[in-house]
Amino acid sequence: MDVMTQLQRQWREHTAYLRKEGYLDDQFEQLQKLQDENSPDFVAEVVSIFFDDSEKLLNNMAGALEQKVVDFKQVDAHVHQFKGSSASIGAMRVKNLCIEFRNHCEAQSLEECVRCLRKLRYEYSLLKNQLEYLFKLEQQIRAAVV
Amino acid sequence: MERNVVVSRRRKTETTAATAAKIEGFDVLPADSEEAHVLAVDDSLVDRKVIERLLKISSFKVTAVDSGRRALQFLGLDEEKTSSVGFDGLKVDLIITDYCMPGMTGYELLKKIKESSNFREIPVVIMSSENILTRIDRCLEEGAEDFIVKPVKLADVKRLKDYMMREVRIESESNMNKRKSCCDLTESEPSISSSSSSSSSSESPSRAPVSSSAPSSPSPLDSPVRRLKMTPTE
Repeated sequence: MDVMTQLQRQWREHTAYLRKEGYLDDQFEQLQKLQDENSPDFVAEVVSIFFDDSEKLLNNMAGALEQKVVDFKQVDAHVHQFKGSSASIGAMRVKNLCIEFRNHCEAQSLEECVRCLRKLRYEYSLLKNQLEYLFKLEQQIRAAVV
Repeated sequence: MERNVVVSRRRKTETTAATAAKIEGFDVLPADSEEAHVLAVDDSLVDRKVIERLLKISSFKVTAVDSGRRALQFLGLDEEKTSSVGFDGLKVDLIITDYCMPGMTGYELLKKIKESSNFREIPVVIMSSENILTRIDRCLEEGAEDFIVKPVKLADVKRLKDYMMREVRIESESNMNKRKSCCDLTESEPSISSSSSSSSSSESPSRAPVSSSAPSSPSPLDSPVRRLKMTPTE
């Protein structure tokens, strides 16, 4: 099996794995449909924006939870945004955690919120690693064409 | 189901040009060969990028802005400016806006547009991550053309093309279309049970009535739209 075929198989398997494990849902596939020769890096670009956005939001959440008097509405606003953007790229596990997080915000439970944020950071970093690996495979596939 | 397309208001596409019928005495705007221009409003950069791509790939021209205020500025409706026309020179054929935005919500933007004599004819579509019956109702009653639950998919955008085509909707048809069974709720919202609606549709008064046979009586009005099927011609 030549390098190209191998890489493509790895890519397919990794994508299938991410779907199966619930890292990604249908929406990610929707994004992939939007990628073509006119917009060959579309998915990677969107995900890159998502990463920047996410890191900002996670820090905002942490900051809001560290206040002397925690403004849970403010925390919730950040989580709501994160939920939206993760849903938009198909990041299912992250999105579901955000839903859980919002419940804790509504209940105004600081301990649960802090715990949830920790889980969220972890889940997000897992996703980031997985997607970065996927994009690396794509780069290698493109390089193999040349 | 027979649907009577009265006139191509903005443009004719290959698929629906054949079905567009001219009604005598009704002014038909000349079809132009340009792509329809959509103004997309969303405070999320990720979502703006996605909606922009969804629209472009569906052959729309797109202007994406990050707030209701900017949208109004683009249209030339900003309070600070007195001109009623004269945005960038690019006619806007459709506005698609997020509901939840800081500052001006999509609902507030919708109201401002519908209050404007120059722009109230422009179809406005609301997007929201939250599938809340009262929210959807409010928007539709205020004159929103459609309510799309996020995340937005290609099929949702492809359906938007139909708004560009249809000038008039039969009222009962409209009610039926705007209230269909909710599909899978992915969020932990209280489940929306089916409800009947007696509210009339929010047709713009300037739309001419269709003088043709109405479809058979609509099915019982169910829970709110998740994805509207606006046309059988998909």
